Amino acid sequence: MLDEQEIILADLSDEELTLQMHDDLYDGMKEEIAESVNILLNRGWMPYDVLTKALVEGMRIVGIDFRDGILFVPEVLLAANAMKGGMAILKPLLAETGAPRLGNMLIGTVKGDIHDIGKNLVTMMMEGAGFEVKDLGINNPVENYVQELEDGDYDILGMSALLTTTMPYMKVVIDTMIEKGMRDDYVVLVGGAPLNEEFGKAIGADAYCRDAAVAVETAKEFMARKHNQLST
Amino acid sequence: MHSDDYLKDFCIENIMPKNNKVLIIACGALAREIISLIKLNNWQHISLTCLPANYHLYPEKITGAVEAAVLKYKSDYKSIFIAYADCGTGGLLESKCKELGVEMIKGPHCYSFFEGNDKFSNNSENEITAFYLTDFLVNQFEAFVWKPMGLDKHPELIEMYFGNYTKLIYQAQTNNSKLDKKAKEISNKMNLPLERRFTGYGDLEAALSIL
Repeated sequence: MLDEQEIILADLSDEELTLQMHDDLYDGMKEEIAESVNILLNRGWMPYDVLTKALVEGMRIVGIDFRDGILFVPEVLLAANAMKGGMAILKPLLAETGAPRLGNMLIGTVKGDIHDIGKNLVTMMMEGAGFEVKDLGINNPVENYVQELEDGDYDILGMSALLTTTMPYMKVVIDTMIEKGMRDDYVVLVGGAPLNEEFGKAIGADAYCRDAAVAVETAKEFMARKHNQLST
Repeated sequence: MHSDDYLKDFCIENIMPKNNKVLIIACGALAREIISLIKLNNWQHISLTCLPANYHLYPEKITGAVEAAVLKYKSDYKSIFIAYADCGTGGLLESKCKELGVEMIKGPHCYSFFEGNDKFSNNSENEITAFYLTDFLVNQFEAFVWKPMGLDKHPELIEMYFGNYTKLIYQAQTNNSKLDKKAKEISNKMNLPLERRFTGYGDLEAALSIL
């Protein structure tokens, strides 16, 4: 016998399904999210609309409740995991359908630090917001950042650290960029649990981002400023 | 002696006579160790109060809580010592202690000062993939690690949390076969090989001995 609470996703209207996806993301229901993404695509939705209206909007709600202390890290990770399931379906389609790109970001956890939960969340949210993100992974010496910045076409550098002992390394990277005369070519965003606004300013970053949602908003603001400067 | 479970959430205040000269304001996760050191060394001039050990999970609460405790007690004691290292406050606790005119334990966290800050720092490059436990954390693993991370309900998150770690180092402050057994169980649970390392009280004892 069917549970009377059970919802048949395919029977929902587009609007109902989108709202249901917000709930399913909130509850970390990966399989349901993947199913709903496929339903919307089969109904003729553009991949970019599925991404922004269903997944990104759902994660925005998760982000707000995390910021307000209603959700905690485990719930955010489950939501992220569910979004990842949807993104896996959408990513190749987004490239094919020419979804708008806001900018390119290079991101990595600094040398001596293997923590990547926050960085991975930022990566996913930035991709969801329309940024192309190259993830350098964990434990990156300054050479990795500099080499990749020189080789690629990036607008933003993101650095992450979870440890008090490793966060000063961000300054090593920024100072090296200054020495090489490349600092002003990039927006540098930093984040991680022990960081704060003061630290971000002290090391010469453009902004400290408290969480993934703030990182996305900050990156968007900087890109908008850049475009405004170019158009004047 | 208060149980670890009690120390997780509550302050213990003035367990030594109130007329002593130096007050230690400590993380509840260090309460057992500090009480042991006070007894072992017969430090009758030291009094202890602890802040909730679960601030370990919310480092942003530490600086404000320490400041409030210092302001509450400073007129009652000749001096105050803060038994916290930086503990994830990103330098904010150190700045606040300077502003308040109180000393604190040197080092980034308890794993470092238990091992000895110099030794820990020298080893750090080789051990960045190590997850550390102390006596307190072995005893309170479920309450301080497993449940707050949601792993009791969602074991599928293990890889997201611990995927980059390659070993579990149990820094033992005491020789206790029950804790050794529990550390082994934890290593099985986390699927990480266990290294037991006896540290004793490390730099904590040296820091308190000069008060």
